Amino acid sequence: MTGQQALGETADLAVTTEMTVNGRSHTLQVEPWTSLLDLLREGLQLTGSKKGCDHGQCGACTVLVNGVRVNSCLCLAVMHDGDEVTTIEGLGSEGNLSPMQQSFVDHDGYQCGYCTPGQICSAVGMLKEGHAKTEADIREQLSGNVCRCGAYPNIVAAVKHVMSMGQTEGGR
Amino acid sequence: MNNFQYVRAEGLDGAARFVAGHAGAKFIGGGTNLVDLMKYNVEKPSALVDLNRLSMHDVSELPDGGLRIGASVTNSDVAYHPTVSTHYPLLSRAILAGASAQLRNKATTGGNLLQRTRCVYFYDTATPCNKREPGTGCPAKEGINRTLAILGTSVSCIATHPSDMCVALAALGAVVQVTGPGGSRSIRFEEFHRLPGNHPEIDTTLAADEIITSVDLPKTGFAGHSAYIKVRDRQSYAFALVSVAAGLEVTDGVIAEAGVALGGVAHKPWRNSQLEQELLIGKPANRDTYHEFQRALLVGAQGYGENDFKLKLAPVTVVRALEQAAHEGEQA
Ligand SMILES: Cc1cc2nc3c(=O)[nH]c(=O)nc-3n(C[C@H](O)[C@H](O)[C@H](O)COP(=O)(O)OP(=O)(O)OC[C@H]3O[C@@H](n4cnc5c(N)ncnc54)[C@H](O)[C@@H]3O)c2cc1C
Ligand code: SF4
Ligand code: FES
Ligand code: FES
Repeated sequence: MTGQQALGETADLAVTTEMTVNGRSHTLQVEPWTSLLDLLREGLQLTGSKKGCDHGQCGACTVLVNGVRVNSCLCLAVMHDGDEVTTIEGLGSEGNLSPMQQSFVDHDGYQCGYCTPGQICSAVGMLKEGHAKTEADIREQLSGNVCRCGAYPNIVAAVKHVMSMGQTEGGR
Repeated sequence: MNNFQYVRAEGLDGAARFVAGHAGAKFIGGGTNLVDLMKYNVEKPSALVDLNRLSMHDVSELPDGGLRIGASVTNSDVAYHPTVSTHYPLLSRAILAGASAQLRNKATTGGNLLQRTRCVYFYDTATPCNKREPGTGCPAKEGINRTLAILGTSVSCIATHPSDMCVALAALGAVVQVTGPGGSRSIRFEEFHRLPGNHPEIDTTLAADEIITSVDLPKTGFAGHSAYIKVRDRQSYAFALVSVAAGLEVTDGVIAEAGVALGGVAHKPWRNSQLEQELLIGKPANRDTYHEFQRALLVGAQGYGENDFKLKLAPVTVVRALEQAAHEGEQA
């Protein structure tokens, strides 16, 4: 998508879009057909968010927009002017992991790791929403994140642990 | 995805006039259906008018005791709104039975009503499909139709409307408020979606340049006796094979008010309020009543092969939903 279009006409269609990503503000010229996921991965080199299906079916692209979890593959980047985006890179860093990231490590909440950034962002978003109370709730409310490796039991354990600590993280 | 112009709507009038004046222009809400279809080249808009900056984000009480849900309110915000979960639990349950949390956080009330069918041929531009390209044919009738309709079908199309939320809105008797270059009007929910007939490319009675501004709920929300049953291939994050939204008001064992709609069986949520008047209201709230109603409601149902199982599934789901609604709140 980005970068593959002929210049000329497409340059006229680009829209100025201001966005804060992981605390850094950007002013970007964005072609309307660029998804938020492609902007993050290809425009800003934030490759933590993954493209599993590109159709809203797997959750690997989950990020937080103004603290709310969404599938970035179905978001048009131009529709997020003025928004605050938090990706897996913004939650914590090597040596300074966020509670959810640390809990996934401690509970072995992944195998290949492809779905993990989406799982973690989704779990962080779920705790902020505050509607999950039980393990069954966690399973239901994380059903938008598919794990091809089937690491589900450990993912649930990791999320349950952070839930029991009663704190939230991840942007406003 | 094709190239297109992006416009941030500043006012309702301007947005409607822009779409009226530009061939191929469309509105966009959450984008969870439209962007998906654009990636398959099923939708190829020349321009998208973003409605999210208009003030359609509120849920507010109406003077008649009903509730107005702004078109831009997300599916999540509707489902968890305290008034909705208390007075219209049927709506909350139906919404939360659909899609995933991430999608519900993005999807809007207006967009949910206008989501397109999930018929696999509609999505696949390499195949014919009367809904996508009128006149090319309908391979689903003899092909992959496990999820498709058994009621109200036509020679042209047997697609289903995939929304869960709309099934509850039909049972509740919602009203859709719309505005366009020709003015504003109200559309009763039963008249909002249409049957395919000879024009399966047209899903609703809304004009292309009309904007949904809100969905209004009546005062009666079946708060005490309602149920949403969704039968699907997996327990979460799957579209309905058959779903039933049932709401009752029961006084001394007799049905005083009723609203029953089915999803997954037709081109629109399937409701027949005349049959509710004749066969539910004033009748005892029991199995015999529900069976008689179910038989009348599903008259004319027809399978197309893969979806024949719905002919058995729909009747039992109607009865189960009515029983569950009637017994809601009772001690087990
Ligand atoms: C993987 C997946 C699983 C899903 N599972 C389910 C499920 O189980 N149950 C279910 O019910 N749904 C399900 N959905 C569908 C989801 O509910 C819809 O995509 C969503 O409700 C559409 O809302 P939106 O705001 O994103 O619409 P958009 O994609 O923005 O728009 C849809 C259509 O509505 C038009 N539009 C939007 N707003 C307005 C307005 N205010 N006035 C006039 N026109 C407007 C647009 O032009 C477009 O044609 C699923 C979707 C995905 C991707
Ligand atoms: S059922 Fe309707 S949507 Fe599906 S192939 Fe036939 S015409 Fe197209
Ligand atoms: S890549 Fe977005 S949901 Fe799969
Ligand atoms: S860890 Fe491999 S997909 Fe989830």
